[in-house]
Amino acid sequence: MANKVINEMGLPKSISNIFTARNIITAKDALSHTEFELMELLDVGMSEVISAISHISEIVSPPSQTALLLMEQRVCNESMAGHLPTRLKGLDEALCGGIPFGVLTELVGPAGIGKTQFCLKLSLLASLPANFGGLDGHVIYIDVESKFSSKRLIEIGMKSFPEIFHKKGMAQEMAGRILILRPTSLSEFAESLHQIKISLIHQHVKLLIIDSMAALVLGEYDCGASRQQALGWHVSFIKSLAEFSRIPVVVTNQVRSQIGDEPLMYSFQAQSHSRKKDSHATYDSHLVAALGINWAHAVTIRLVLEAKSGQRFIKLAKSPISPPLAFPFNITSSGVVLLDDNGIEMNGPEINSINCQGQNALFNF
Amino acid sequence: MEVGMLPISASKRGKLLSTGYTTLLSISRASLADLARDLQVSEDEASEIMKCASKTSTLDLSTGTHTTTVVNGGQTAWAMLNEEKFSLHITTSCVDLDNILCGGINCKEVTEIGGVPGIGKTQIGIQLAVNVQIPPEYGGLGGKAIYIDTEGSFMVERVLQIAEACIEDMSEYSNHFRKDFQASEVKMHPNNILENIFYFRVCSYTEQIALVNYLDKFITEHKDVKIIIIDSVTFHFRQDFDDMALRTRLLSAMALKLMKLASKFCLAVVLLNQVTTKHIDGSFQLTLALGDSWSHSCTNRIILFWNGNDRHAFIDKSPSLKSASAQYSVTPKGIRNSTSCKRIKMM
Repeated sequence: MANKVINEMGLPKSISNIFTARNIITAKDALSHTEFELMELLDVGMSEVISAISHISEIVSPPSQTALLLMEQRVCNESMAGHLPTRLKGLDEALCGGIPFGVLTELVGPAGIGKTQFCLKLSLLASLPANFGGLDGHVIYIDVESKFSSKRLIEIGMKSFPEIFHKKGMAQEMAGRILILRPTSLSEFAESLHQIKISLIHQHVKLLIIDSMAALVLGEYDCGASRQQALGWHVSFIKSLAEFSRIPVVVTNQVRSQIGDEPLMYSFQAQSHSRKKDSHATYDSHLVAALGINWAHAVTIRLVLEAKSGQRFIKLAKSPISPPLAFPFNITSSGVVLLDDNGIEMNGPEINSINCQGQNALFNF
Repeated sequence: MEVGMLPISASKRGKLLSTGYTTLLSISRASLADLARDLQVSEDEASEIMKCASKTSTLDLSTGTHTTTVVNGGQTAWAMLNEEKFSLHITTSCVDLDNILCGGINCKEVTEIGGVPGIGKTQIGIQLAVNVQIPPEYGGLGGKAIYIDTEGSFMVERVLQIAEACIEDMSEYSNHFRKDFQASEVKMHPNNILENIFYFRVCSYTEQIALVNYLDKFITEHKDVKIIIIDSVTFHFRQDFDDMALRTRLLSAMALKLMKLASKFCLAVVLLNQVTTKHIDGSFQLTLALGDSWSHSCTNRIILFWNGNDRHAFIDKSPSLKSASAQYSVTPKGIRNSTSCKRIKMM
């Protein structure tokens, strides 16, 4: 939309030619200047600039829809009104049906907690035929750390859906719908995204899994502005992919440790808090999600997987449609299994914390 | 030089200066034919220049009474006081929050609400989009809402939940307070509420700027829009913007347009913002995104934060409201009072 050419917008010829003469070809070029700047640049009066800009703006603006129309479209056109059921009853209920289409869902947790197992189960669920509750489509699995195991995938399939997988040739067909890509760099990943966009237009692909986003980004750039910029571009692109093709996108994220117990505060809070500070500073490190606060804003749903006193939990840390619930889970031969479908409601920022106690995994960096 | 301020093209301005017309007075004193001949332009163009010049020169003579204004377009403070007394508010469904806002989100003003991810910004946005539709019999505005979504966080399922809860609250209210009407059914259906929310999905900053420009025409066609919510105003301006000065210029132009919309159509504009970390006084602190210049653009600024296990809202900047904080909570019904306080307040 932003790259629409001004010449094709139906503006009067005189002003249209002036735009081209000054090298303002697309709508993006025109709207990246304030009206006063354009007046100076194009050497025309203010009223002409205003009418040209309002004409361009009207053409470039996205169309309006009502919320009712959106809901009706989802209910009519999409399975489960736009959700991919995870077969974990408590989680599906909390998420109004399952992993939602069109938005980014993030899985974050320490190493070995079960993120990849969850993704394997999801890819299986998406490839199942519709009468078994699946999306009957292809899955693209972007496996950055080479963690995908076909053997484990078939094992999960055999144990969870024996009636399908024991039929002849079904295992091959299901597994055949999952395409695994192994990009080794961020630029390779960007290229494969462009190709994915084309296959999405043909509507074969019903789920995109990126495991893990952190590994892609952290390996490449030094900390700071260039990494944030690169990440920002990729995030926007993935989000727009998810939106226009209305598929669920699941992304896994790593954790990193942060020294110091003090949460970040605003300046008006800092004044009242400093009086309560302890005399000795704590140097305990605790875990936070990698990729920064910008990324945390960009994902729509964040599922935190953690281990506390030897029990694993999956927590709905950020979700516009669910209350903050934590479900205990285990990993069995048929994948992730919830131990209790009624989640424990957690109040406050505790839902965001990531614990790693009672697990035999080395995670300190 | 006064001629330098005229909104005409640079070449015309250059011609005026080079032929000796340096002040607006000199232009207004010249005749049309003289001007056209000196500047070597047609009489139409010359008359346009004269029109521009006379509009800009504000030499209105007062008619002698004290109530007329000396400058065109101005308004006395007394007249504004009457307007402000009757200005409309949109409730947030949380009594404490409404109290610190003196009734709710103000119409005719631009309010910025920012906070960390997961604190409830989108929830407040959706709640306001539903609450603006509360009919006047129940103390609302009975208007429509425009929801501009830049991040894709608008989930229709949640809007339905909040709409249903709002209608339930309204029927409870009517049962308590309007017992004289026999079982007056609230005639709204959640689908009616969904129908009155105009949704725009913006995918780049160009589209965002274009949409804000187009809103003037859209609202002229849909006169009962009473709130514009942009969720979030930051997202597209944070990615791939190399020229920070350009970003500041575009953002201030956009903020000015939104302020004009708010005062022209008497509606509320709510901008949701993200946070970023900033290094102040040797430590990292949270602050709202988009920089220091942006923080001047909005009339009111509310920051949402965690205090222990509770969500609070703090009025960071406002020309008329006292700096205070209030507790609120996000429930399956939407934004409501915090449940930890023991008082029960009726709507």
